[in-house]
Parts: sequence; structure tokens; C-alpha cells
Amino acid sequence: MITTVSGTLLAETIDDPTLVDEEEVRQSPFWDWEFAFEAFPEMFMAFLQVTLLVTVLGTIIAAVLGLVIAILLRILPKPLAWIVRWVANFIRMTPLVVQLIFVFWTFLWMDALTVGIIVFGVHYATYMSEVYRAGIDSVPKGQWEATTALSMSAVRTWRKVVIPQALRSTVPSLGNYAISMFKDTPFLLVISVAEMVTVAGEIGAPTFRYTEVFTIAGLIFLAASYPTAVLVNRLEKRLAYAH
Amino acid sequence: MPTPTDAAGTQPAPAPSSSSPSNPVIEFVDVEKRFGDNIVLKDLNFQVARGERVTLIGPSGSGKTTILRLVMTLEELTGGYIYIDGQPLTHENRDGKRVPVSKKQQKSLRTRIGMVFQQFNLFPNMTVLENIIEAPVHVLGRPKKDAVAKAHSLLEQVGLPDKANAHPTSLSGGQQQRVAIARALAMDPEILLLDEVTSALDPEVVDDVLNILREVADTTNVTMLIVTHEMGFARDVSHKVMMFDGGHVIEEGRPEKIFTNPDQERTKKFLGAVLGD
Repeated sequence: MITTVSGTLLAETIDDPTLVDEEEVRQSPFWDWEFAFEAFPEMFMAFLQVTLLVTVLGTIIAAVLGLVIAILLRILPKPLAWIVRWVANFIRMTPLVVQLIFVFWTFLWMDALTVGIIVFGVHYATYMSEVYRAGIDSVPKGQWEATTALSMSAVRTWRKVVIPQALRSTVPSLGNYAISMFKDTPFLLVISVAEMVTVAGEIGAPTFRYTEVFTIAGLIFLAASYPTAVLVNRLEKRLAYAH
Repeated sequence: MPTPTDAAGTQPAPAPSSSSPSNPVIEFVDVEKRFGDNIVLKDLNFQVARGERVTLIGPSGSGKTTILRLVMTLEELTGGYIYIDGQPLTHENRDGKRVPVSKKQQKSLRTRIGMVFQQFNLFPNMTVLENIIEAPVHVLGRPKKDAVAKAHSLLEQVGLPDKANAHPTSLSGGQQQRVAIARALAMDPEILLLDEVTSALDPEVVDDVLNILREVADTTNVTMLIVTHEMGFARDVSHKVMMFDGGHVIEEGRPEKIFTNPDQERTKKFLGAVLGD
């Protein structure tokens, strides 16, 4: 289930003076454990159903599409490569928020979450393609020459020699982009997808109790980012050559 | 575009200058190579017979390595023709017009040529065994079992029988170059190109590598085109030595002749400098 925010509802709850007594808020304790425990399940569900889903699927799209773009730039004839480069640059140099709103209101038949996943994936693919490009460029010329000397096919050359060696140097950067995408998920608010931070805001709004919910949000982000970083580190080690 | 008959190579194109009685395995006809405005090779004509071992010597920048790279199709041929087994490698002469050959023909000729590089160029992401069997299995389509068996016997031959599962980065330079030799030989090449194969090695392992190549020369009929600064090796293994300078062959002959009594003053001077007397 995805909780969508209705702009009007949010505005009403905040403006309604009957719900909040300012004095009461000031005198309430800094941290309310009961409130924190109450807020956690809903936030965690939003985290799983939106934040994590968008990040994982977005990263998969970005990692695959980014590699495809990087390879196309290398193998396409000049004019076609120029078009791909231009489109990729355009996407990379316009804000993610603008792209989210544009795609959401242009392709009305797509549900907001799908739009979010695709836009995050494509946007970050253009960044990742640059990382892959640098990785591909870092494969020594001698490696290409060896594949020619052995008459290896182009597909085999890419699959068995160039891509594995290019990936080795790109894994840390790709991991950082995945974490960065993760932290961009609150932008989904602009297309009415309530991910964890938005839900935190909704829970906090009626009583102005934001400390607990945003602390929880921060801890959940940290709890997810840290294992990701560890995973990337481990993958990096696995891809490194045996010494 | 070439017709299917051309591509299949059923009618090898006759070499334009067929003055040689034997069928040359490599033939350069009016070869020109330029990098931009810089002409590296010009009007180069020579032939290498089957089983012949030819060493190219000369000062650096004289175009020796470029010749090997042209044969391996690592450089674009900017003028003239190269024939492998009488078939055009990159371009053919069709009624005086220089026409590129089909990719398929080029690839079929290229699989007969192997090359060992100065910098080894092993694939670091693969094991030694994977390096050796990659092309025999996926280019020549040999059964994996046969390729593996052959790889092990080649590793035995180059003195590294227990390194099949090692990664190239864990090997010394000399060991890597021996694996690279095994990798080239695994394709059963008709022609083996050796491009300064000992120049990047520590002095004490140079002889190990050269001895392996001497053995290959003694036990097979593979045609060799060699660029080296190891004059002792060149004298031992080659049938013919060609002295290059300024993109031209200025002198060629049997190694005993070139190394002891060259005709050209330039050759004498070069050998004097290299041999250090």
C-alpha cells in the first residue's frame, strides 16, 4: 500500500488551530518514546514499499542502462553516438525534480511509483554512463590489441575482457551513486508518492512533533546506507584481481 | 563488395609480383604506412617463405614494429597490399583499384597469425588457463576438453605446469611472457610475430624466454617474424635478417653474413652500437 499525500489534506491539518496548542507543544518533552514507537511501523512500511523499492529498481535500471549508453558511445558511428551523447547530457544536466514532474504529467497512464522508478533509473543512468566510460577508457590499449591478435569477436571482447576490467574500477563510484539515489528519494513528493520522509512529515504535522519522526527517518537511512557501503566494498574486493 | 566465392577464398587472388618461385606465406607489395603526415614505411616490398624465420633489426623508429602490427591488423594499412598465403589481408588489387577485403576474409586470415607482445597483454581478469583456452574454444570452436589438454601441455612446454589456475598478476614478468607464448601457440598459428618480447623483462629471465622460443623454432615449422634487440638470439634462430633504416630495408641476408660482414656502413654502425664494441 502506498500512502499518497493530498496537498489539501496536509494544508488543512497544519492550519487547523483546534488540533495544535502551541503552548502545549513548547512544554512537551523533547523526546517522546511512546510517539516514536507508534510512528515507526508506518514509516518503516513506507521505507520498504517506496524508498527501498525505488532505490533498488532504480539502481538496477541505472546500472544496466548506464553501461548500455557507455558501450553505444563507443561502438556507434559518429553521428548516432553524437545523438546518444546529446540526449544523455540533456538528462544529466536538467534537475531530477523537473524530470519527475514532466514525466508524471506527460505520461498520465503511468502510476506515480512507476514514473519514480523509471525517472530515477534513467537520470542516474546518465551519471553512471560517465563512470563506465572512464572505466572503459582505463582498459589498456594492449588488452584490445590482444583480443585482435586472438581474433576474438566484438561481443566476446566486451563481455570477457573489457567490461570485467572496466567494472573493477567503477564499482565504488556506482555504489556511491546508488546511495546518492537513495537519499534523493524524498523528491518523490513532487509526484505525490509518499516515501518515508513524507510520511514522517505527515505523522509529525498534527502535533508538531518532528524530532522523533525525522530522527527515525535518519536512522533508517543510515541503517540502509551502511550495509550498502559494506556490500559495495565487498564487491570491490571480489572484483579485484588475486594478488 | 566481394562475392561469396571471394569470401570463401576458393580462388586465392594471385599475388601481383609473383617473381618468387615458392609461395610466400607473407608478402608485402608496395606497402606504405603513414601516421598523418609522418611516413613510417614507403614502397616496402619483401616476402617471407613458409617456415622461414626473419628478424627485423634497425634503430628505433625505423618501422620494424609497425610491420608486425600491420601483419596483425593492429594498424591500418594506408597504401599497398599485404598477402597472407597469397590472399589479400586488408585490401585487394582489383583492376588497379584498391578495394578493402571482407571482414570475414580478414578474420579467417588473422586466425592463422599469432603475436607475442612486449608487454605480454595477458587478460588479468582471467586465470592462466582461461587466457590460453579463450580463443581456441571461442574463435576456432575447438572442444573445451581438447583445448584444456593442449593448454596443459603448452604450459608444460614453457615450464609452468603448475600455474594453470594462477592469475597473471601473481606471476613474474618472465612467467607472464611464457604464458603469453603458450597463449599464442594454442591457436596453432602458421605465423608467429614476436614484438620485442624480452624488452620488458629483467635481464636474468631473458634467457629463459629466449630458450623457449628457440625450442619452438627447432620443433615446429612456424613462420616467424621477429623484432628484437637480442642479437645472439637473432643469429641463432633466424634464416634471414633484414636491416631497416628510415622505413626501408637497407640490407638483408643470412645472419652469419649480416652480423659478421655487413655490406652497408649503416648496418655496421648499428650493430657496433647494439653489440657494444
